[in-house]
Amino acid sequence: MTGPEIWLAATLAIPLAGALLIALSGDWPNFRDAISLLSATGLFAANVMLVLMPDHAGTLALAPFLPGAPLVLKIEPLGLMFGLLASGLWIVTTIYAIGYMRANEEANQTRFFACFALALASTMGVAHGGNLITLFVFYEALSLTTYPLVTHHGTPEARRAGRVYLGLLVGSSIALFLFALLWTWAVAGTLDFKPGGILAGNASAAVLSVLLLLFVFGVGKAAVMPLHRWLPAAMVAPAPVSALLHAVAVVKAGVFTLLKIAVYIFGLDLLATLDARDIVLAATGFTILAASIVALREDNLKRRLAYSTVSQLSYIVMATIVASPFAAAGAGAHLVSHAFGKITLFFCAGAIYTAAHKEKVSELNGLGQRMPWTMGAFALGSLAVIGLPPTAGFLSKWTMFQGAIAAGDYALPIVLGLGTLLSAGYLLPVIYRAFFLPPARSGLAATAEAPLPMRVALLFTAAGCIALFLMPDLLTSLPLEAIRGRR
Amino acid sequence: MIGQLPALQVVVPLLAAPLCVVLRNGTLAWLLAVATSWAALAMAVVLTGQVLAGGPIAYAMGGWLPPWGIEYTIDSFNVLILLIISGSAAAILPFARHSVADEIAPEQHARFYSAFLLIMTGLLGMAATGDVFNLFVFIEISSIATYAAIALGRDRRALTAAFNYLVLGTVGATFYLIGVGLLYAVTGTLNTADLASRIAPLLESRTVIVGFAFISVGLMLKVALFPLHQWLPNAYTYAPSVITTFLAATATKVALYSLLRVAFAVFGAGYVLERLPTEAILLAIAGTAIVVASTTAIFQKDLKRLLAWSSLAQVATIVLGVGIGNAQGLAGALLHMFSHALTKGALFMAAAVFALRLGGTSLERLQGAGRRMPWTSAALVLAGLSLVGVPLTASFVSKWTIVLAALERGWWPVAGFILVTSLLTLAYVVRVVEALYFRPSAADAPAREAPLSMLWPLWLMVAGTFYFGLNSSIPMRLATQAAALLLGVAP
Repeated sequence: MTGPEIWLAATLAIPLAGALLIALSGDWPNFRDAISLLSATGLFAANVMLVLMPDHAGTLALAPFLPGAPLVLKIEPLGLMFGLLASGLWIVTTIYAIGYMRANEEANQTRFFACFALALASTMGVAHGGNLITLFVFYEALSLTTYPLVTHHGTPEARRAGRVYLGLLVGSSIALFLFALLWTWAVAGTLDFKPGGILAGNASAAVLSVLLLLFVFGVGKAAVMPLHRWLPAAMVAPAPVSALLHAVAVVKAGVFTLLKIAVYIFGLDLLATLDARDIVLAATGFTILAASIVALREDNLKRRLAYSTVSQLSYIVMATIVASPFAAAGAGAHLVSHAFGKITLFFCAGAIYTAAHKEKVSELNGLGQRMPWTMGAFALGSLAVIGLPPTAGFLSKWTMFQGAIAAGDYALPIVLGLGTLLSAGYLLPVIYRAFFLPPARSGLAATAEAPLPMRVALLFTAAGCIALFLMPDLLTSLPLEAIRGRR
Repeated sequence: MIGQLPALQVVVPLLAAPLCVVLRNGTLAWLLAVATSWAALAMAVVLTGQVLAGGPIAYAMGGWLPPWGIEYTIDSFNVLILLIISGSAAAILPFARHSVADEIAPEQHARFYSAFLLIMTGLLGMAATGDVFNLFVFIEISSIATYAAIALGRDRRALTAAFNYLVLGTVGATFYLIGVGLLYAVTGTLNTADLASRIAPLLESRTVIVGFAFISVGLMLKVALFPLHQWLPNAYTYAPSVITTFLAATATKVALYSLLRVAFAVFGAGYVLERLPTEAILLAIAGTAIVVASTTAIFQKDLKRLLAWSSLAQVATIVLGVGIGNAQGLAGALLHMFSHALTKGALFMAAAVFALRLGGTSLERLQGAGRRMPWTSAALVLAGLSLVGVPLTASFVSKWTIVLAALERGWWPVAGFILVTSLLTLAYVVRVVEALYFRPSAADAPAREAPLSMLWPLWLMVAGTFYFGLNSSIPMRLATQAAALLLGVAP
């Protein structure tokens, strides 16, 4: 095997082996948690090695699968970006999760960490999938491996949420995404990712429009309304799941899939000519505003953050569909910057739950004095999600904004502006309550900061929001390479 | 010796069956049955090799040349069926011992294995023969042995289930015989190939049309295609677990094979698909069956019964593939026979393990078993994923092929229908998963993992569903060749 093949194989093998060892080490929690941490670090290292591969070239055949549609992994800039993001944040989340699961004395921790590793293996398959069928296979695996994490508590509420979760994600992917995939296969005769797309000249504009709609709504993980309900439902899961999977891996797998489809299946030039684009722009614009308004009125902190994610995902979809190179690069950048911001917010929500047992925004008055580090990080994460300097969120929103203007598209800038105001409206009051309102008479007195591993994790990601602002090339270089080709 | 394989394939289990009764001892009978099934599998594998290398094999039974003697024809179509039957038996019989010891009275063991081998003989014969009357004989052999085996179930309702099946099964076989009689009346021959050449000028005669109708309805009863399915859920629920597993993996598929063989080899693809409104009828019936059976499965409270209803839906999916009416659809249907045999075999095996360890298969008893019986539960979940048609499993490949066939004909709604209805499958699989993993177990629930002799065949089947999901080239090749053969076009 050559270098690229080894490291591509490692991105699947490390988390899979990790899951196996975790499953076998149930009786020794310290050993199990060490394995989790080791797999996460190893996976990140494998992804770094992939970035260092010359020319970003290399493929690995996994299985023959179907005639003409093998399972392959391939090094590709967008995938590198997503792979680095998910595996890097997995390290942080593992540190956090060890603190969280122990402090909250959660049951079934072995199953939890094993499924977590399996979910990361699936995410790597999505990131490095070398053709659409491979991506689809791992996309489905990601839904299935995260299901036990959503239903983790086994309460009737968790089971119900699990049904919504699987029903919507697997339902949309089989009924719409798989359908679109088969249709693409039927008209194009291939499912390979090619720069410039594979559909041009193979189907009428009407068919292409239908395909676009099937893809956008079939990739339920992108949570474009009305297929967003699974995300708030998934909030019954423990906080580390909400943080890494439902702010980064799963939801970003959705928008990442759409970005790949736009760039490599349709091709941006072809995409820009399709009529169905208007429908998608309208749907995503509606999602951005509607989800933000729901978030304004939602008192449960994690659910408020979930609706915020729904609206932020639609920015990325919208910028992708605008189909100008710069807007698409902005979409890729926002995928990363929002990941850092939102994972920080979820880390904080979990820390608040662990230390103060509060889940509602209205109960957070005065918490800033008790948990200054956590709430400080929350403030930084909020700035990143709203899109204000000095955080990465500002840069990515700016790039999307500019890209849309340059393409002569004014819907995105308008929605972007309104959405930013609304996001300030649902995030800033949380900070205001924590720092400027007096605490309620009962409670809080005995509250201290969350355990150290959790604090380390959330401060690290908060610092990441600022670091990316200072090093903007990290955000945009890989997406631009995917769209323009390597120079 | 090698030249005699088409006959030996059927004769060896036929002779082993009475030997089991003579042996009297349950353990010896079991050993003989296992050895027989492995020999049958070995023969099927050799035959597969021969067919893949050298094309169809014709064998004249007893040296009597067709059309006067009985002819056995082995081609890429029935070699796939022979593999399914003998492969299932070879995996199920080693698995059977503990389950049979638990469910059947000791003095009945030898007779039980004898009945098992007779069912297998009948099914293998149905697959191998090239003679429509001989086919009837084998249908009866397998059916009568099946009635006896179902009646051995420990629940008393097994008796009514067996009797119910006996009445309906006999009606089906009789219908088939009437149909064959009508064809014989106008052609004077029973050999499939000979019938095909003599019937060609008579295809418009009313006798032939009525004969075709009788044969189709009779065999459809054996296929348990909606609305002729009433016998199946009870029979599968109350039969001994091992028999259910074997029947679910093979019986309905072999019946469908027989129907396809007679329809396409005797009447011809053009007649069946173009002259008669077969496509419309099959699509309507199969579509209704999928919706009704899957929805019913969602509301079942017992795992075996749930899986039985699921079988009805899956068989209907196979029929739907046939109804699409092109080579791709037929190939998809044959692939689905293969993948569903593996999948449902594994699922019923897991159900058999639960019946053994938990004393029953109601979903209530299964609660929390995921923790107490991790290997069995995990196998059940993985096989369940294959049932849904999740990528990387064998069912995904077969459903993929069927959907592509529908797209090839431009039938978008049919393609969408197949995809959407697989979500109904997901709904009932999720119910089982919830019971196993996300509901607390009863305080006094027994907690012991299955014996190793049951776990390895179970996991072998599960591994098979994933292996053929990753690399489908061999079944795909056989199915494509078989479909081309049936439709009379070059592959």
